[in-house]
Amino acid sequence: MPDPFRASSFIGFRTLLHKEVLRFWKVSFQTVVAQVLNALLFLLIFSHVLDRRAAVHGEVPYTTFLVPGLVMMSLLQNAFANASSSLIQSKITGNILFVLLPPLSCRTFYAAYVLAAVLRGLFVAAGVWLVSALFVAAPLAHPAWALAFAILGAALLATFGVIAGIWADTFDQLAAVHNFFVIPATMLSGVFYSLHSLPPLWQKISHFNPFFFMIDGFRHGFFGQSDTSPWLSLTVTGGCLVVLAALALAMLARGYKLRG
Amino acid sequence: MAVPAIRVTAVTKRYGDLLALAGVDLEIGQGEFFGLLGPNGAGKTTLISALAGLIRADGGTLEIMGHDVVSASRDARLKLGVVPQELVFDPFFTVREMLTFQSGYFGIRGNGDWIDEILHGLGLSSRANANMRALSGGMKRRVLVAQALAHRPPVIVLDEPTAGVDVELRQNLWQFVKKLNTDGHTVVLTTHYLEEAEALCGRIAMMKAGRIVALDTTANLLSRFTARAFRVRAGHPAAALGLGGAAAGNDWVEFGFDAPADIESLLARLREAGADVREIAVGGPDLEQVFVEVMRHA
Repeated sequence: MPDPFRASSFIGFRTLLHKEVLRFWKVSFQTVVAQVLNALLFLLIFSHVLDRRAAVHGEVPYTTFLVPGLVMMSLLQNAFANASSSLIQSKITGNILFVLLPPLSCRTFYAAYVLAAVLRGLFVAAGVWLVSALFVAAPLAHPAWALAFAILGAALLATFGVIAGIWADTFDQLAAVHNFFVIPATMLSGVFYSLHSLPPLWQKISHFNPFFFMIDGFRHGFFGQSDTSPWLSLTVTGGCLVVLAALALAMLARGYKLRG
Repeated sequence: MAVPAIRVTAVTKRYGDLLALAGVDLEIGQGEFFGLLGPNGAGKTTLISALAGLIRADGGTLEIMGHDVVSASRDARLKLGVVPQELVFDPFFTVREMLTFQSGYFGIRGNGDWIDEILHGLGLSSRANANMRALSGGMKRRVLVAQALAHRPPVIVLDEPTAGVDVELRQNLWQFVKKLNTDGHTVVLTTHYLEEAEALCGRIAMMKAGRIVALDTTANLLSRFTARAFRVRAGHPAAALGLGGAAAGNDWVEFGFDAPADIESLLARLREAGADVREIAVGGPDLEQVFVEVMRHA
């Protein structure tokens, strides 16, 4: 006999997920199409300037090398933006009430916000990959690796977005996290370059940036080669996700900044 | 004996130096239409927020239909519908989408028939597919009521639901809420419109500075704190004042009375005294006087 508690919790989860997906889908020109265009502009400009001057991993043309980096950067930034902006908007407008009054558990709350953000990240990533294929072919050598890093990376940034969205009291505070942490950390993580092109000191510093492992592991899925072992990247990404998920769930269970 | 719809025991809540709830005890029976009144900052919304699990009380316990709002929060929340004071809405969605989501959050699928009934009852049917942004303030307020009812809670708390709502909408809303109460729902109302509370509520609690300072049936509160008044506009007010009346401005003089029979003898005495009565008015007790008296002495 089905457990009515679990059945009703699943309906709650599915409803919140549906609402969160619909929220970004209703403004998909801004949340998906514009993001694809941004990434495409990066691709066109950087490939025009650097394609004949740089080759990476021996024989991979620079533009081809750039594609998975841009796909992953778009995916990570959009996963963060979706979860964090939805929460801060709901908190500031007050409609967060609608999800605080029902009996949604903190795990349901977390899972729905994160999965919706992962889906937006994947939509944007797929868009960037497909559109960039019009200009340069970047075939997937190991799709399973690419998919694993796409999903784990998006979940990690979505979780960070949940934490930032709960923590921030103003749009300005959230913008500070986005502009002074998420964007620099993604841009300085090997989206536009291989780690081996950096001086030794910066190579070492890059190993403290979890974004590097996500992008490098994702790139392994395309070329079958990467700056570091994909297993190490998977461990770092998965470890960071577990730590941040525990933090987000603890904040939700305490009602931190959500329940007075 | 049926469990009370709401039981609040020794609840305290402090925000820094401010004691928002100072040991509140309250029990509301199933099926009651209950009024929670008090000036701004009295603690009404804090109490409602604690019942809804939006804030955590520092001390004491709160139960909805016998379910503790902390240790059995899931069951407690299923039994409670709250209409918040602030006019909040989600600008991305339509009215029907909002109600469908709200049903789903409470674990209910296929709630279309009930949603249609609520929309009809609240006069929202024609706006069901309108975006929330396109609604007037009064319409948004009605959607908040509809959202609170989406999961058919036995206990409904309305925190100033008629603030900023025009007369027609207000009457429509009360008609609907009265029907819900008749159908067995417990209704708890906070409002600054005291005539609404007087007309609707069977019992009333008045709060001040985080405490309940009066709690009784509406009829008892009215009879305990106010007297009926009989007023005359006199051609010779001094003669009326000489009979023990109180000046009420513009030649009006006011007398207290206990029973209608008192009026007859009073009119006879006024005639004898040559007061030259030109107009008369009889006023019953009203909740506003009670409220003022209670707040003054609390």
